[in-house]
Amino acid sequence: MNPNTVTTPDNPIPDTRVEPGTAGRGAAIAYWWDRVGIFAVLLLLIALMAVLAPNFLSVDNAINVARSVSINAILAAGLTVVILTAGIDLSVGSILAVAGVGSVLLAVDGVPTPLALLGGILIGALCGALNGVFVAWLALPAFIVTLGSMTYLRGLAYSLLDGQPLVASDLGFRGIGNGSVAGIPQPVVVMIVVYAIFWFLLERTRFGRHVYAVGGNMEAARLAGINVKRVLLYTYMLAGAAAGVAGLIFSARVLSAQPTAGEGYELDAIAAVVLGGTSLAGGRGRIFGTLVGAVIIGVLSNGLILLDVPFFYQLVIKGVVIIIAIALDSLKRFSRASG
Amino acid sequence: MSGTPAPLLEVEGISKRFGATLALSNVSFDVRAGEVHALMGENGAGKSTLMKIISGNYQPDTGSVRIDSSPVALASPRDAMAAGVAIIHQELNTIPEMTVAENLATGNEPVRFGMLDRRKMVEQAREKLARVGADIDPNRPIGRLSVGMQQMVEIARAVAENAKLLVLDEPTAALSRTESEQLFALIRAMRSRGMGLVYISHRMEEVWELADRVTVFRDGQLIGTRDMRATGPDRVQPGDIVRMMVGRDIDDLYVRTPHPAGDVRLSVRELTGPGGIGPVSFDVRSGQVVGMVGLIGAGRTEVARLIYGADRRTGGTVTLDGRPLQVRNPIDGIRAGVGLLPESRKDQALFLDLTVKDNVGISTLADYSSVGVVRGGPLVKAVRTVMDQLKVRSNALGLESRALSGGNQQKLVLGRLLLQRPKLMILDEPTRGVDIGAKSEIYRLVNEIARTGTAVLVISSDLPEALGISDQLLVMRGGRIAASLDAREATEEAVMQHATGVYSDDATPNEDAGIPR
Repeated sequence: MNPNTVTTPDNPIPDTRVEPGTAGRGAAIAYWWDRVGIFAVLLLLIALMAVLAPNFLSVDNAINVARSVSINAILAAGLTVVILTAGIDLSVGSILAVAGVGSVLLAVDGVPTPLALLGGILIGALCGALNGVFVAWLALPAFIVTLGSMTYLRGLAYSLLDGQPLVASDLGFRGIGNGSVAGIPQPVVVMIVVYAIFWFLLERTRFGRHVYAVGGNMEAARLAGINVKRVLLYTYMLAGAAAGVAGLIFSARVLSAQPTAGEGYELDAIAAVVLGGTSLAGGRGRIFGTLVGAVIIGVLSNGLILLDVPFFYQLVIKGVVIIIAIALDSLKRFSRASG
Repeated sequence: MSGTPAPLLEVEGISKRFGATLALSNVSFDVRAGEVHALMGENGAGKSTLMKIISGNYQPDTGSVRIDSSPVALASPRDAMAAGVAIIHQELNTIPEMTVAENLATGNEPVRFGMLDRRKMVEQAREKLARVGADIDPNRPIGRLSVGMQQMVEIARAVAENAKLLVLDEPTAALSRTESEQLFALIRAMRSRGMGLVYISHRMEEVWELADRVTVFRDGQLIGTRDMRATGPDRVQPGDIVRMMVGRDIDDLYVRTPHPAGDVRLSVRELTGPGGIGPVSFDVRSGQVVGMVGLIGAGRTEVARLIYGADRRTGGTVTLDGRPLQVRNPIDGIRAGVGLLPESRKDQALFLDLTVKDNVGISTLADYSSVGVVRGGPLVKAVRTVMDQLKVRSNALGLESRALSGGNQQKLVLGRLLLQRPKLMILDEPTRGVDIGAKSEIYRLVNEIARTGTAVLVISSDLPEALGISDQLLVMRGGRIAASLDAREATEEAVMQHATGVYSDDATPNEDAGIPR
């Protein structure tokens, strides 16, 4: 999280008290999880798939995985910021649909491509802003607010299209779904740009410090003079904007406006965030952890497909992986609670 | 005292290591039946680690524990309970929404025909409460009781479960004077019934009043055990204990350099707030340290929060340097030049997951950013400067604040205030849960801040401290200011009379009077 966070055990600071909470196995696992981290899990998974699935380690397949990961990774980036404030956004899948539909409708109506793209992102940010207002100013639980918006935004996506998909085969921005730049698929390029922006926001800006502060201790943040409501509003807007970007990619890939786009995507996105080490209790986590989390889910899905594992077993395995990730999170929290 | 009773608890050669830190190094220690054994030492000295081993929360790396002369393996708090060891933590273990009776019965509810026998549960609760002399209605939700009463309930539960050894970890930290007195009476009663009591406290006068023996820890080592009942040449002096705790003499703990106060900076007139606070009126001058004292619930913290903007005022005017201080939230307060060190470090001030640097800089990031981007260099430089001023090692800047001791954590929050360069600094219980070394540095700093012309308002429940570092004392009672005293002339007795509203001609002789801290 911070370049000068030095906590190596062989460099003890004399006037600090280092007590890693409860002793025992829980603390030991948490200790190694924090240090070796999720990256080792990814490498292990890749090695496993390379051995089991013969054509897993090919350039084509790697590009394939990267492309399939991009949408979930972008959703998860936005969600990371929200979860860092101890919030949650269940509506990102529905925002994806509304923004995707909106941008296609704009493009079909003859709006210039750059404006249609911007429109999609703005629609997403606006949906997020609405979530943010309810959470920050009316102090409603984020889970309930975004459960509601998940439903009404899905309804909105359907009603914009009268319930029918709208095919747009000559969509101006179809490139960001299917095109490539120097062999790298455009959605992957977009994903990298999104992560660079989010990394900068979280690590280098005042807003980023405020996000961690609000998530770590909301009352202390208020008393320290942080505008907590505004920080919360911005986090939900960012999650919405990221979902908007994901919506553009989705529309471009399927060359149409789909009211069912992104259904259930919020779960994979939450899973990526948690796998990436961000605490659901807020205040702890890294944006690149989320990227690794998203790639793990992508590699797992891809590998299971290559291995011809039936779809329903894929679901079982994915679910178990998510529970293990959350168990690790609560173990970490437990070992920090005391001490 | 009677002769030397057999030890109830014996701990031999205990060591415990966390990573590279040796939290306890070859510690041997015992508690006799019928004694109060006080543990003292700065935060992180090893007291809590030892108590967590005795109560089964930690496993020692080496060494053994014997209870009633037989070796025991305490693998869990449940084992410790079965062996007769109970611990009353600083943070209470009660379930606020449940009644006193339900809390007392947790895990052992009386059942009749497979149904909860509520009448019997209440009856049992009454018996348990009576055993500790607590007059508490078993049917009240425990969350509505004061902290002191909740503590009584916890002790009642421990006694009911036949605890032979009771560990009390800073039990008076959140208690009023009266509640503390009640607790002391109960502790004495338990002692005379033959229980062994381990009493952890930072407050010297309490230890003086209660303890039969005192053991001092420093840096994971047991420095020594002193018999407080010894007379003659072996008689223990307060200075002896302090020397053992810090490894050197601390003379003149309280620092207050007298110098003329300047113009009025803060002026509060007829200020009122929700919950029957006010009206209060007072001034704080440039360079003046004003102490605000009173019992828990007298409204001191509330007044501070109203001035700062943390809570809404209902009336009155406040001016700072002659300009109206109209604040709707802490953002306004900080902007206007008010700095607040909140009452509860952990709940209201610290970001445990953030680094030292971020904790110190969080309120003033705007001063070290351009277009919202934090400029790392200037921020680090500024933080390093205040950390030097506070004597926190600067190589700790990148550490998570949770790794620091209570004293150093408090210094972080003070550092945050220093960076704000406030005109008025409000410190709410600045030394609560802070070791004596950090205390003396905080006092020095308060003196320093006042010298530069800042108006300082210090809220403290530690009377000797309030008397020692302030120029003027405001005594609050029932949401109002009951008296304004010159701190140099005021006595603890006078302050207590105003704080309690019980005035008597002959002040009752104070047991702990004359004991320096």
